[in-house]
Amino acid sequence: MTVATVTDWSRSRPQPGWFMRALDYKPLLILVCLLPAAGLLTVFLTYPLGLGIWLAFTDTKIGRTGQWIGLENFEYLLEDPLFWKAVFYSVFYTAVATFGKFALGLWLALLLNNHLPFKSLLRAIILLPWIVPTVLSAIAFWWIYDPQFSILSYLAVDVLGIRTTNFDFLSTVWPARWSLIAANIWRGIPFVAISLLAGLQTISPSLYEAALLDGSTAWQRFRYITFPLLMPILAIVMTFSIIFTFTDFQLVYAITRGGPVNSTHLMATLAFQRGIAGGELGEGAAIAVSMIPFLVFATLFSYFALARRKWQQGEAND
Amino acid sequence: MVFIIRRREALIGAAATALALSRGANGQTIPKADVAAPKFDPEKGASLRVLRPARFVEPDEVIFRANTAKFTKDTGIDVRVDFVGWEDLRQQAAVSANTGAGPDIVLGWAEDPHIYADKVSELSDVAEYLGKKYGGWMFLGEKYGKKAGTNNWIGLPMGGTTGPLVYRESAVKEAGFDKVPTTHADFLKLCQNLKKNNKPAGFALGNAVGDGNGFANWLIWSHGGFLVDEGGKVAINSKETINALKYLKELYPTFVPGTLSWGDVSNNRAFAANELFLTANGVSLYFAVKNDPATKAIADDTNHAPLVQGVAPSEPQSATILNAMLFKHSKNQNAAKAYLTYMMEAEQYDPWLVGCLGYWAHPLNAYGNSKVWASDPKLAVYKNGMNNKFWTGYKGPITQAAGTVAAEYILVQMCAAVASGQATPEDAAKEAERRTRRYYR
Repeated sequence: MTVATVTDWSRSRPQPGWFMRALDYKPLLILVCLLPAAGLLTVFLTYPLGLGIWLAFTDTKIGRTGQWIGLENFEYLLEDPLFWKAVFYSVFYTAVATFGKFALGLWLALLLNNHLPFKSLLRAIILLPWIVPTVLSAIAFWWIYDPQFSILSYLAVDVLGIRTTNFDFLSTVWPARWSLIAANIWRGIPFVAISLLAGLQTISPSLYEAALLDGSTAWQRFRYITFPLLMPILAIVMTFSIIFTFTDFQLVYAITRGGPVNSTHLMATLAFQRGIAGGELGEGAAIAVSMIPFLVFATLFSYFALARRKWQQGEAND
Repeated sequence: MVFIIRRREALIGAAATALALSRGANGQTIPKADVAAPKFDPEKGASLRVLRPARFVEPDEVIFRANTAKFTKDTGIDVRVDFVGWEDLRQQAAVSANTGAGPDIVLGWAEDPHIYADKVSELSDVAEYLGKKYGGWMFLGEKYGKKAGTNNWIGLPMGGTTGPLVYRESAVKEAGFDKVPTTHADFLKLCQNLKKNNKPAGFALGNAVGDGNGFANWLIWSHGGFLVDEGGKVAINSKETINALKYLKELYPTFVPGTLSWGDVSNNRAFAANELFLTANGVSLYFAVKNDPATKAIADDTNHAPLVQGVAPSEPQSATILNAMLFKHSKNQNAAKAYLTYMMEAEQYDPWLVGCLGYWAHPLNAYGNSKVWASDPKLAVYKNGMNNKFWTGYKGPITQAAGTVAAEYILVQMCAAVASGQATPEDAAKEAERRTRRYYR
């Protein structure tokens, strides 16, 4: 009897509300969980990017909404020698500066990987150029390159007396271009050096020991152990570095503003100059959009040419 | 788009003197005609938001705020004034114009009210009253105030700044001239002699918005050239322009090295360091050297002169103009007009003018009697800046395109290309024409 009462008493599970039931439905749950992230991406990434691309096909000016004009902006840019000058310098700047940063950065990383006194302190100091806000270092370089008050000119002319005139850093085409590249390399080295140093530290010392026992030379150890094992991280760092360099803006804008006579405009500075200072938003956006193919190409190159998966995993290339 | 750069901050040392000076100024020296002030009936519970460029010297902001506070006390209308960086002002005004929200009044740059002509309220009642009371508007005041081809005021120019020649008297004497000559040939001779004496001249040929455009405009205008004709047709590729560029080819070698990379501050620094003896600049350069004990001797030897006239009918120079506009979207039209009128009345405007040390030149004739112009005889050349007969985009109408040509450094780069030998005068003029056409379509 008692048994029957107990079974009778067992409480019926409360029916879950529609909300709970909805949450139990997997696809909906996934959607809800994704929404915040997707919303953030839409608002802060997709929308500005989309707006930028849309602007490139209009004749919008600051203070006036534009009309859809199709490819007109791009047609004008194709025959605008200033645009091509900027394309040339952007590619040149990126190529030379990236090469310089990697050559010096790798060298520095190798040096820092040795046992040195005050190792951590040294590593911290190396990071300084990267930590200082770009605009500040740009202003420092602006002074270093000043036609009248350059410290380098002062040293060469007034202290050492090896020159009679000041250095001409920024007022002729090629010196100005090289000066900016030098500043960019200086700024970029720490990023490369520290990233590669991290890569170097993951290489197992036993490999070097084994190689030493086999009587390898320093060059062989670098060529056959360090370099291949560094390749994956090299590819990533290279991708980032190319993107940072290609889209560089502050250094050039603060030091030369694209001068002398537009010879040091990068695509980014030209886009800003036309779009914001000049007020031709549409044209500026078109220049910025023209950077996309270059960046996509650089990224694909780094990934496919440098980061061959199989090879990284120690298998042979096909 | 003429932004006068931070160098004006160099004037801070002068701030105390200026404040003291402006305390004595309350507009009694300004002659006024007896005109009844228009009655603007402020809206009930009105409050105003004003956007204006950052100060270049402390009293500019201090006195402007004091005048505004006085207005609030007299009328009970709350006014909030925001100071924004010179380079951001135009963009913020654009946003406000397009969205119909934000400040009621913007003290913008020269062509701004003309860009938003259909979005700003007419200010004819204010401007005409002020004109009658204070001896009439000066040339650029009227030019930038009225909508092209009409008598309708859409802007209220509050001041202008110019960049005449700044030179060292001793250097010019040593070069064999008593004062800066007014013909191109003599001016070239002067610069050559200065170079020979190792006391060179120099003008910005880099991407310097104020100084670079000032020099390029002078070069073209003083040779009779102009950017566009009266109808707005591009006319830069002319034989006058080519002559001007040929003249530059002779003049440029006399410059101190490095002018191709000069920004707006470069000539100020070189002048104060005894490396530059003749240049063109706003009044700030003089005050910067005058107020620094280390360069006092340079200031004593410094004087100003109008730009070389050449074949131009008058001094070939424009001015950077502070042009107030009132947006139609403001709900407090009358309060805003009352405020603008109030700020331009002698009791408020004169102390402000004095406090600004002559950096802003007045747009109304009567203010020529302000104490500021008597405070230092070397300021005389800045006094009538608003009476210059040239403007950005001369001889065309005032448009956004004119501003873009200046902001894009089209004329500066035309000059720089020739000076550096990268282009012949003919090619440079053609390239400038191509680029200018793009904006005057």
